[in-house]
Amino acid sequence: MGSTLRIVNGRVYDPANNVDGKTRDICIKDGKIVKSVPPKTKTIDAKGMVVMPGGVDIHCHIAGAKANIARKLQPDDHRRDVMRRLDLKKINTRSGTGGTVPSTFTTGYRYATMGYTTAMEAAVPPLLARHTIEELEDTPVIDKGFYILMGNNVLLYQMLQEGRHEEIRNAVAWWIDSTKSYTTKLVNPGGDEPWKGHRNATITQLNDKIDGFEQLTPRKIITSMVSAVEDLGLPHPVHIHCNNLGHSGNYKTTLETMKAADGRRIHVTHIQFHSYGGKPDENPTSKAPAIAEYINNNPNISADVGQVMFGKSTSMTADAPLAWMLTRYSSDQRWVNADTECESGCGIIPFAYQEHVYTHALQWAIGLELFLLSKDPWRMVLSTDHPNGGTFTSYPRLIRTLMDKEFRKEQMNSVNQKAVAKIKRAHHMEREYTLQEIAIVTRAGPARILGLKNKGHLGPGADADITIYDEHEDKELMFSAPRYVLKDGKLIIDNHEFKNNHEGKLLHVSPDYDEGIKDVIRPFVEDFYTIKFDNYAVSDNYIHHHEVIPTTK
Amino acid sequence: MAETMILIPGRTTKQGVGLIESKFKKQYRVATTTVEVNVEDMARLGLKEGGKVKMRSADGVITVKCTGRKAEDLPPGILFIAYGPPTSKLMGKDTAASGMPLSKHLEVELERVN
Amino acid sequence: MSAATETKTEANTKTVENATCTFCGCLCDDMVLTVDVDAHKITKAKNACVLGKALFLSHEEEDRPFALIDGKPATLKEGVEEAAQILTNARFPMFYGMSDTTCEAQRQNVALVDMVGGTIDSTTSVCHGPTGMALQGVGESTATLGEIKNRADLVIYWGGNPAESLPRHFARYAVTAKGMYTPRRKKDRTIVNVDVRRTKSTPVADIFIQVKIGADFELLWALRALVKGRKVAPDIEKRTGVSLETMQDLVERMKNCRYGVLFFGMGLSMTRGRHFNAAAILSLASDLNEYTHFIATPMRGHGNVSGADMVVSWQTGYPFAVNFSRGYPKFNPGEFTATDMFARGDADAGLILAADPGSNFSQYAIDHMKKIPMIVLDPKLTHTAKLAKVAITTSHYGINTGGTAYRSDGVPIELRPCLESKYPSDEEVIRAIYKRVEQLLKAKKKTKSANNKRRKAA
Repeated sequence: MGSTLRIVNGRVYDPANNVDGKTRDICIKDGKIVKSVPPKTKTIDAKGMVVMPGGVDIHCHIAGAKANIARKLQPDDHRRDVMRRLDLKKINTRSGTGGTVPSTFTTGYRYATMGYTTAMEAAVPPLLARHTIEELEDTPVIDKGFYILMGNNVLLYQMLQEGRHEEIRNAVAWWIDSTKSYTTKLVNPGGDEPWKGHRNATITQLNDKIDGFEQLTPRKIITSMVSAVEDLGLPHPVHIHCNNLGHSGNYKTTLETMKAADGRRIHVTHIQFHSYGGKPDENPTSKAPAIAEYINNNPNISADVGQVMFGKSTSMTADAPLAWMLTRYSSDQRWVNADTECESGCGIIPFAYQEHVYTHALQWAIGLELFLLSKDPWRMVLSTDHPNGGTFTSYPRLIRTLMDKEFRKEQMNSVNQKAVAKIKRAHHMEREYTLQEIAIVTRAGPARILGLKNKGHLGPGADADITIYDEHEDKELMFSAPRYVLKDGKLIIDNHEFKNNHEGKLLHVSPDYDEGIKDVIRPFVEDFYTIKFDNYAVSDNYIHHHEVIPTTK
Repeated sequence: MAETMILIPGRTTKQGVGLIESKFKKQYRVATTTVEVNVEDMARLGLKEGGKVKMRSADGVITVKCTGRKAEDLPPGILFIAYGPPTSKLMGKDTAASGMPLSKHLEVELERVN
Repeated sequence: MSAATETKTEANTKTVENATCTFCGCLCDDMVLTVDVDAHKITKAKNACVLGKALFLSHEEEDRPFALIDGKPATLKEGVEEAAQILTNARFPMFYGMSDTTCEAQRQNVALVDMVGGTIDSTTSVCHGPTGMALQGVGESTATLGEIKNRADLVIYWGGNPAESLPRHFARYAVTAKGMYTPRRKKDRTIVNVDVRRTKSTPVADIFIQVKIGADFELLWALRALVKGRKVAPDIEKRTGVSLETMQDLVERMKNCRYGVLFFGMGLSMTRGRHFNAAAILSLASDLNEYTHFIATPMRGHGNVSGADMVVSWQTGYPFAVNFSRGYPKFNPGEFTATDMFARGDADAGLILAADPGSNFSQYAIDHMKKIPMIVLDPKLTHTAKLAKVAITTSHYGINTGGTAYRSDGVPIELRPCLESKYPSDEEVIRAIYKRVEQLLKAKKKTKSANNKRRKAA
């Protein structure tokens, strides 16, 4: 026994199963999609509507230490944007505040009301994983997971310096398992040692030596982590925020990083911020064509765009030297730096992207170029690096910008003309994304890149996370306000109204490792951290509703 | 003779240990009712070690015991006491829209009790 | 909780390793507790400081009633019912405290306030609330304590006395701790103490700078000016009590260290200048990042006061002083902070969770608390419990109850309880009150709409 439901008459966009706008029935039983349900099942009539899997956000910053500092930092950001508590028939919702860094409840509700049902927090220092998990538990409706920061991990540096590769693999597995996280994230690999230990310096070349570790370079860290993650068979490969983010001329570093993978899988995140030509400290130019071409030709690489959207944002990153650099360009007084022992840095500044500013307009245009030059939407997926490039609530506007070239041209004509002079005449600016391509870059693609077999599609066995939109000429309107949203088969949005609350799952990976690695990690933690090794791992007391995603090994 | 001084209430180990035991027992009560006074100020005001003094602020008045501190440790005109119920009586209600009363900067008149 | 850390040594004793002491913001997680199971007592607390020893060794489950209503013994159920009635009937209830309980209880507490449309504030507002306000103006450069242990070669304690309030701060984190780049401990660091008086912390310092009372802001501002290369007139000494020469020497040390840190206490946040003082010290550290790596971080008193900030921030967007009267969170220190709400006579009921404002708020606030129905949750009989309409006895977090606490630097730690208690945890009581208030509010709504219908029909 269990609850069943059938969605009928809708035009279904399910790219993973090669369904492109055909009218199909979708059957649901016990929160999963099934082949058939008994004829007398409750139905949703989706006539004139578009049915897609729930959206999957592969890269956002929504929970944990840095998000919470960013919330505390900006009461100005919340005041104008509040979310009332609702007294519903079955359940009450929690109130909250929005802005660029919404409170946890508001984050969950807003993703859901936009038709997104899964989101991945992209940067968590492992020492603070417990905090992220607590916040994610207070983030309703959606399923969620997070990536741990491993690119500036001092113990791994020591192991790598001494060529202890086997131990590195086991240590990475221990870290993933004991933090209940999803994969490893590298942010500006090698940059924290000079930042913290060398008067706020950073690292700029893949072959530069890292402060205090004479044998190490960013390249060595990247290749070592790619090997470790590949050997462990994590469902999602290393998630890389390349060196030199935001700097003119950084596209070379990005290309070098992708080449360093040497044919093995990597995911390069918010690649728009890494596609700049020009000379350091001078105005950037677009190198989107070179980056897009490389990715088109190399199937081992996937990327999310990190689109810039005009308006208020919050720059919050584990790349502390970057945030420090941005203070030069920000009119806001506020700057946050936050070091995490032996693991990470962090920088936060309130920011705003403005149409008239050359660099901002160019960044916006480069993001669009990457989308429009991409030949394989499965490997160039949608993100704004929320809330860095813009908030996740701006996705509908971005979707319209991709689908509607007239809307795009209108915007092109209203931004800094020097920045877009060449780009606006380019042939690729004529391209318009189809609904099927949107379904790929917002759900099927991210799910496949993440290795989430039950997400991003509507075939039997998939989680019944489904979004049903009214078809509308204005795609921003269409994607802002789905008519129905189902999470695990439960109707959350019913005829545009929020009807039900739901507790989403924590998605994490639990790779095998040699228990002996604990004896290697323990003395380091006891010496150079400030909590006991036995208090480091996140215990099962923190895990309530969750799913362990299997490794491929 | 009364003199205007600044009283700083703060945490002490004795008061901390005392409050763990009980706020209604001797250690906590003694800790929160003993004010430290610069020895030179004590001499001038004719105060004796362990003697009673009255402290009056714009908001209240309390009577506590005093104990001497070397001049180089506690500057003249400054008083220190472990915070607790007695110091509540000396605090004002205004927080200058901050939520925080001036708890560590209380202007008081100090005077000997005979 | 892993079984390996809890070993039964003899028939009637057990040992709990890696337990955390929740007395102060140091949140030391290396306690080794020996428990006499039969006597229901902790007999040894290895690694604990004087405050920690007092906390663990004097812990005794007093035989108190589960609840007191108007000072008379009552059952837990009666206590919860009375509390729920008070909250349901209140129009402007004030929720305060949360610094000595788990994040799990704090989370339920915010849910309760959200439902009744009350106001919530934590002990933060009378601790480092001004620092939170300063953060909103200027940001901060901060670090977890381990980074300071590993790297800091210049440590400045300003307006605080950790020797008495955070006794293991020196040994675990910042003075005599052995770190990666500070292998010779204190020899690899220069310690500076800035205060208006000599305290028990002063002897640890290589340099003591005595600032005139009430002149911290001026001293900080002069230091900022010197860091930025501006001229400062020598008569600054008259105002601050500190010579220009001393200031210049300190500035050179700050600019030339490799990793500097300013720890500051309530000597800045509770005195003249409040959030301006905090903003000045945060800005000083930020300014110094033009020259070297520099951190400023507040020293916080209560075990989980940082957790209260965390929870209120992630659930509402604001760290303290949050009101829900309009059905969504509003933030306004001065208006929604507890001392103001009570001293002004605004609140018409109160719920105090794990704090004792009855012993440290102004008398004006205490007098008002005596006039309105107050609810208190605390393991001990406190001054606030004595003036309350309903006092519910709860178990002690960290000793009887597990859960999460955040260290002052934001590192979350899972507590390892060692003794069972017959009393419920704060979280359980808050959940019970929540459930009952929810029922009462629904019933109230029904009656209201029925009355409306009847009125219309008439």
